[in-house]
Parts: sequence; structure tokens; C-alpha cells
Amino acid sequence: MNSTTFKWAGLLTAASVFAAGAAIAEPDNNTLVIEGQEMVTDVAAPEGSPLSRVYSGWRFRSPETQAFEMDDFENPAFPAVELGEALWNTVEGEAGKSCATCHEDASETMKGVRASMPKWNEKRGKPHTLETQINACRTDNMKAEAWKWEAPNMLAMTAYVGLQSRGMPVNVQTDGPMQSWTDKGKELYYTRVGQLDMSCANCHEDNYGKMIRADHLSQGQINGFPTYRLKWGGLGSIHRRFSGCMKNIRATPYKRGSDEFIALELYLASRGAGLSVETPAVRN
Amino acid sequence: MRTILKLGLAGACLAGAAVATAHAGNVAPMDVKFTDDGVTQSLTGAAGDVAKGRAVFSNRKLGNCLACHVNAEQKEHSFHGEVGPPLDGVADRYSEAELRAIVINSKKALTDETIMPGFYSLDLGVRVNKKFTEKTILTAEQVEDVVAYLTTLKE
Repeated sequence: MNSTTFKWAGLLTAASVFAAGAAIAEPDNNTLVIEGQEMVTDVAAPEGSPLSRVYSGWRFRSPETQAFEMDDFENPAFPAVELGEALWNTVEGEAGKSCATCHEDASETMKGVRASMPKWNEKRGKPHTLETQINACRTDNMKAEAWKWEAPNMLAMTAYVGLQSRGMPVNVQTDGPMQSWTDKGKELYYTRVGQLDMSCANCHEDNYGKMIRADHLSQGQINGFPTYRLKWGGLGSIHRRFSGCMKNIRATPYKRGSDEFIALELYLASRGAGLSVETPAVRN
Repeated sequence: MRTILKLGLAGACLAGAAVATAHAGNVAPMDVKFTDDGVTQSLTGAAGDVAKGRAVFSNRKLGNCLACHVNAEQKEHSFHGEVGPPLDGVADRYSEAELRAIVINSKKALTDETIMPGFYSLDLGVRVNKKFTEKTILTAEQVEDVVAYLTTLKE
């Protein structure tokens, strides 16, 4: 597109500052400690990142919203976590098994799982998200029905399993068979979508730290999912959040569980490498 | 206002070429002439309405300009965004033709890297929601109303 024919192109310089790469990062300086454990909410960006520092979305929220996540008794996601724990021990399906039948104590066996998802699965020939891994266990091993992506039971289980990694650094594989998926996710991240013609990067890379009306733009990190959003009045998946963003830009969202959203989830996880898993986080 | 907008756009999206004729006399999005001075011709051939433009400016479903811009002239609305530059005194910095060009398609007027949507452009992102396919964010009249309003923002 020809963009520099105007005699007032001199204004370009000033405009470009707003347009690209000059975000004034303004996360706050608060420290997130949950049940005595300090979370990493600010870390040097991984190699090859366009960011210099990586910040958890928690650092962009109001003190009132932040407080919800600092105490598990205040965290409104915990009734769902308790449901997840009950489901973990519930026998379902024709095989007569529960999660615990094979995996026993989740606090031991599920430690680190959330931190490394999405993860390559050879049998599937594509990455597993936490949701697809849980459903594979249900259908293949338990001979039980799969849960829907956003079903209350699925959210409860992803929250419960995710909690076992809380405080551990996000660390996903991006090379080998995951390389092409990471690349696809990156391409999606920088593709402008919708009538409003914006990419993820326009807000979350170029302008994080700024106010967009009453909302403080974060880096769009996904280390706290499933997340309890006050706006939702409940837990929601990463893919639900992607979908909401795309609708705001007046685009048709990809489907939850689609290859596109799996790729985007992987790429975003890689951008947030080193942040602590905060599942289940609380946001506005 | 919304109803009129919807009817107008429904007519406009029957076919690409129909956009130009939906409102007789209006310049179609693909026919807008960007010059060294900006877009010098009114899209409707007439001057916009300042009061209507002021309303379009703050309407979240239309201009939604406060999402990204501070504008002290509308301080009855709280929470002005800071993604774009403040618009206080914007008419001292840009001519009417330049303001029109920026509102119509900031990617042509400023830089194609800008986050600012083109409000009278069909050069859109991929996967546009069906409700908005082949539709501009604002009508020609609304663009002229907003431009008329912006030209009043002097310090």
C-alpha cells in the first residue's frame, strides 16, 4: 500500500511511534504471592522474542482484582477446582476407571503437565492441549464420553490439573515436530483480522501497558488458564478468550480446539516462557 | 440512527459495485482520492453535522474513538484510551482534508503499520464477521459528521 505520498508525511515519524514497537510498558510493581509461594510475573523474554520483558496479565490488573488471586479462599475459581478433584476420583465409563485409577495422586503425577502444554503427541500426529489430552484419556482409557471444550466438568478438570503446576515455569517445546505449529501460531498472531483490521500484536505487543478505554492492555499471556474472569462470572478456556478477542475485532473466530487455536496457544505459551503457571488465575 | 445505518449498508453490500450507488452522489470507498493534501472532497458533497459527529465519535458501536484517544471536549465520558495520540487541538495540527484522510483510511494517510482502523475502507482484515462483510465501519455521512466535529477541536 502506498502510504507516503502526502506532503504531510513528515508526520509519519510521530505516527509510527504510536503504531509499532514503542510500547511504554506500564505493568505495576506488585508481587504475586499465593499461599506463601512467590510467582514469577516478570521475566526476561525468551530468545528471539520481540519483547524485552515478559509480564503476567496479573501485573496489569487492579489491586482489587489482583487480591482475588492471592488467597485461595478468595479465589472464585476454587469451587471448580474442588469439583475437578471430585471428578478425578470418580469412576466413569465402560472400563470402570477414574483418573486416579491410573494416575493416582494428582499432586504428584500431574505436576508440570500444564506448564508444558500444548505438547506433541505422536499417535495423534499433532499437539495435545490439556483439553484434548483429558478427552483422549476419557475416550481411549476410561471408555467414557468426551467432554465439550467449555463444559463445566472440563473447566473444573483443567483447573484442577493445572493447579498442580502452579508456580512452575511455562516451558513448551517449539522445535522438532512442534516447529511448524509454532510458526503457524506466529503467523496467526501477526495477521490482521476482522472489520477493525487488527492483529494480536497491534494491541498486545505494540500497545501493552496502555489503556484502551477502561481496560489496561496486557501482553495477552496465557499462563493463568483456565482463568476465572469476573466479566464471565466463571472459568473459561484459552480458546474462549481467543474467540472473544476475535469477536471484538469483528472477525469470525476459529473454533475452540481448531488447529489454528492450538497453534496460537502454542505460540503464545512460547512467548510467555518462564512465567509461572498461575492456574486458576483471576482477571477482570 | 442505527436502523438507517443498517438499511443503508444492506443496500450497499448487494454487490461490490453497488456500494458506489447505494447513496447517490456519495464517493464509494474504493473511489476515494488521496492527494498530497489529504482527501480534499467531501464524501457526500456536503459539509458534515458537528453535533451528529460528536455523537458518532463517542458511540461504542460507531466511531468508538474514545477507546484509543483522549478528548477533553468529551469529558462527560470517563475512561479515555491512550493507544492513539490525544485529540485535543487536533484541528490545529491537521487540515480538514488531512483529518478526513486519516478517518477514512489511516493506513493510507499515516502508515500501514498503524493500529487505527480505516473507517471508510473495504481493505479489511481476514475472516471479517459475516455481519460486517463488505461494509465500512462508518457511512459517508458519518465520516463527514466526524470530520466536521474534529475540525472544531482547537486549542
